[in-house]
Amino acid sequence: MELEILKYLIPALIMFCCGVYGFITRKNMIAILISLELMLNAVDINFVVFNRFLFPGQLEGMFFTLFAIALAAAETALAIAIIVNLFRAVKNVDVRNVNKMKF
Amino acid sequence: MDLSLSSHLILLLPLAMFLILGLTGMKMSHRLAGVLGTLGMGVTLLLAYAVAATYFFSGSSDFVDAAGLRLQYSVFDYTWLEFTDSLVIKLGFFLDPISAMMLVVITTVSFMVHLYSLGYMKGEVGFQRYYAFLSLFTFSMLGLVVATNIFQMYIFWELVGVSSYLLIGFFYTKPSAVSASKKAFIVTRFADLGFLVGILILSFYTRTFDFLTLTNSPEAVMASTGGATFMGASVLTWALVLIFMGGMGKSAMMPLHIWLPDAMEGPTPVSALIHAATMVVAGVFLVARMFPVYLQSSSALMVITVVGAATAFYAAVVACTQIDIKRVLAFSTISQIAFMMTALGVALPTIHEGMGYMASMFHLFTHAMFKALLFLGAGAIIHAVHSNNYTEMGGLRKYMPITHITFLIGCLAIAGIPPFSGFFSKDEMLTAMMNNHPFWGYWMTMVAGLTAFYMFRLYYRIFWWEENKHYAEHRPHEAPLTMTIPLIFLALVSVVAGFIPFGEYVTWNREPYEIHLDWSVAVTSIVTAVVAITIATAFYRKKNDLPDRLTRRFQWLWTAANRRFYFDELYMFITHSIIFRRVCQPIAWFDRHIIDGTMNMFASVTNRASSAIKGLQSGSVQSYVVVYLLGSLAIAAVVCVCLI
Repeated sequence: MELEILKYLIPALIMFCCGVYGFITRKNMIAILISLELMLNAVDINFVVFNRFLFPGQLEGMFFTLFAIALAAAETALAIAIIVNLFRAVKNVDVRNVNKMKF
Repeated sequence: MDLSLSSHLILLLPLAMFLILGLTGMKMSHRLAGVLGTLGMGVTLLLAYAVAATYFFSGSSDFVDAAGLRLQYSVFDYTWLEFTDSLVIKLGFFLDPISAMMLVVITTVSFMVHLYSLGYMKGEVGFQRYYAFLSLFTFSMLGLVVATNIFQMYIFWELVGVSSYLLIGFFYTKPSAVSASKKAFIVTRFADLGFLVGILILSFYTRTFDFLTLTNSPEAVMASTGGATFMGASVLTWALVLIFMGGMGKSAMMPLHIWLPDAMEGPTPVSALIHAATMVVAGVFLVARMFPVYLQSSSALMVITVVGAATAFYAAVVACTQIDIKRVLAFSTISQIAFMMTALGVALPTIHEGMGYMASMFHLFTHAMFKALLFLGAGAIIHAVHSNNYTEMGGLRKYMPITHITFLIGCLAIAGIPPFSGFFSKDEMLTAMMNNHPFWGYWMTMVAGLTAFYMFRLYYRIFWWEENKHYAEHRPHEAPLTMTIPLIFLALVSVVAGFIPFGEYVTWNREPYEIHLDWSVAVTSIVTAVVAITIATAFYRKKNDLPDRLTRRFQWLWTAANRRFYFDELYMFITHSIIFRRVCQPIAWFDRHIIDGTMNMFASVTNRASSAIKGLQSGSVQSYVVVYLLGSLAIAAVVCVCLI
C-alpha cells in the first residue's frame, strides 16, 4: 500500500514542479496560465489520492476536488479576460510588459 | 433701578459696545461709531453713579450696619468653573467702598475720554476700531475692580493688559508704536507671571480665591500656611510679594516701569485713560483690595514702601529732564502712583488708624482726575502744535486760553497747592508717612517738591518762555468744544474734589474716619511746593540761559536723568547680551542640532532602509513567485526541523 500511494503522489509532485518551473520561466502569459492549471491539477490529484487511501469511506476529498475544478475554471476565465485586455493595450502577451505596479 | 440689573448692565454694556463697534463698526460712519460709543459710555456712567450712590448714601442695611460700618456686598456671584469642591472659579460683582469709588473714577474718566476723542481722533483711520478698543478697555477695567475673587481679577487684569496693548499699538504703521506696545505687553506679562504664582501659592494654602474669605479672616490665612517658610521668609510673605510684583508691572514700579514712558506712543486720550487714571492704578487697587492680608506680613509692606519710595524719587528726577511733554507726564504718573503705593505700605492700623490706606485711595481718586486733565490738556496742545516736544511750544497762553487755565489748575493740583484737590490727598499721605517714620515723610516731601518743580517747568515751557517762531506760518488754535468740555469738567472736579470728606467713605476697616489736617505737615509741604514753583518760575518764565548753564554744569547728571538712568540700556544688555546670547543661543543650538538631529537621523535611517529594499517590489509577477516559493520552502524546512 505504501508503494501504491507513491505511484500517484510522485507523478503529482512532478506535475506540480513542472507547473512551478513553467510559471517562473515562461514569458507568455497564456503559458503561465497553463502552468498554473498544471499546479492546480497536481493538487487536485493529491486530494483524490489522499481521500482514496487514507479515508476510503468518505467523500470530502472528492468533493473538494470538484469544488477546486469549478474555482479553477472561474479563475481561468478571469485570467483570460485580463490577458485579453492587456493584449488590446500593448499588442502582445509578454509578462515582462506587465511590471508597472511597482515602487 | 434694580441694583442687580444695573450692575449687570455696567459690565455688559461696554462689552456689547465693543462687540457692536468691533464687528460692524467698519460699516458705520465715523460720527455714528463715535457717538454710539460715547452714548453707551454715558449710560454706563449714569448706572455706575447710581450704583455708587446707592452703596454710599442709601443707608440700606445691606451696605452699612448700625454702627456705621460699611459692609462688603456681592451683588451676584456666578459659578463659572468648578474643578473640585474647593477649587471653584466664580464671576461676580463685588461692592465695597473702594470698588464703588473705582466705578465712579473709571466711568468718569472713560466718558470724558470718549467725548474728548470725538474731537481729538477726528478723521483718523480706524476711528471705529479705536472706540471698540476703548469699550473693551472700560469693560475689562470695570470687571477688574468689581471682581469677587482673585482669579476673576486676574482674568480681567490680563484683559486690561490686552486692551492697553491694542491701544498703544493703535497707530500700527508706526514702528515705534508697535515696539512700544510689545514692550508694554511683555513687561507687564512678565510681572503677571509673579502675580499668578502668588495667587497659586496663596490659594494652595487657603483653599480659596474669594476676597471676602481672604480679607475677613486674615489671621486664618496666616494660620493656614502653618508657619511654612521658604528661603528665610514665610510663604505668606512670598505669596504677597509675588502678587505685588503683578501690581509693580501694571503700576510701573521700578524696575518694571520701563514700559510706561514708551506707552506714550499711543493716542493721547488713551494715555489719559489707561496710562494715567485707571489701568496703572490697578496695582494700587490690588494691594488695597488685599490689604488686610498684607497687614499680616510686615515684610511685604516694607517691600511695598521701599519700592514705592525709590520709584517716586527716581521718576520725579527723570521727569525734570524730559523734553517730550507726554513723557514728563508719564514719569509724573509713575511718581504719583509710587506715592500711593508708599502710602499703602506705611498704613499700619496701629499708627493713626491706618490713615495711609484712606490717603492712598483719596490720592488715587484726585490723581485720576487731575492727571487725566493734564493728559487731555497735553493732547489739546499737541493737537494744536503737532509736536510732542516743548521746544516746539512756548507762549501758548494767548492762543489757547481754556487749555491754559485748565492745565494750570491741573499743575496746581498735582503740586499740592491748597485749595486744589491734590493738596488734601497728598497732605494725608505725607501725614501717614510722617507718622510711620519721619524718614519716609521727609523723603516723600522732597519728592513732592520735585513734583511741583517739574510740573511748573513743563507749564512754563509750554505756556510762557518765548513764542515759537513757527506760529507765524502755523497759528495754534484753541481745541474744539468736544475737547474743551472734558477739560473744563475735569478742572472743576480737580478744584472741588479735595473737599470730599473721603474718610467718611473709604477706610481700611470700612469704619468712618474724620479727616483733620495736620498743619505741621501741611505747612511743610506747602512751603516746599511754593519754593519749588518759585524756582521753576525763575528758571523758565522768560527765556534765559540759566537752565542751560546749570545743565552744562551738571552735564553727567542731566544726561543720566535724561536717559532715565540707563534702565532701558540695562534691560537691553540683560536681554540681548546675557539672556539671548548666553542662554537662548545655546538652547537654540541644542534644539537645532541635538533634538532636530536625532529626529533627522531616524528619518534618514528609515529612508535609506526603504530605498535599499524597494527593489523587492519590482512589479514583475514571476519574481514575486520566486520569493514566495523560497519563503514557503524555508518555512516548510523550519517546520520540518522543529517537528523532527
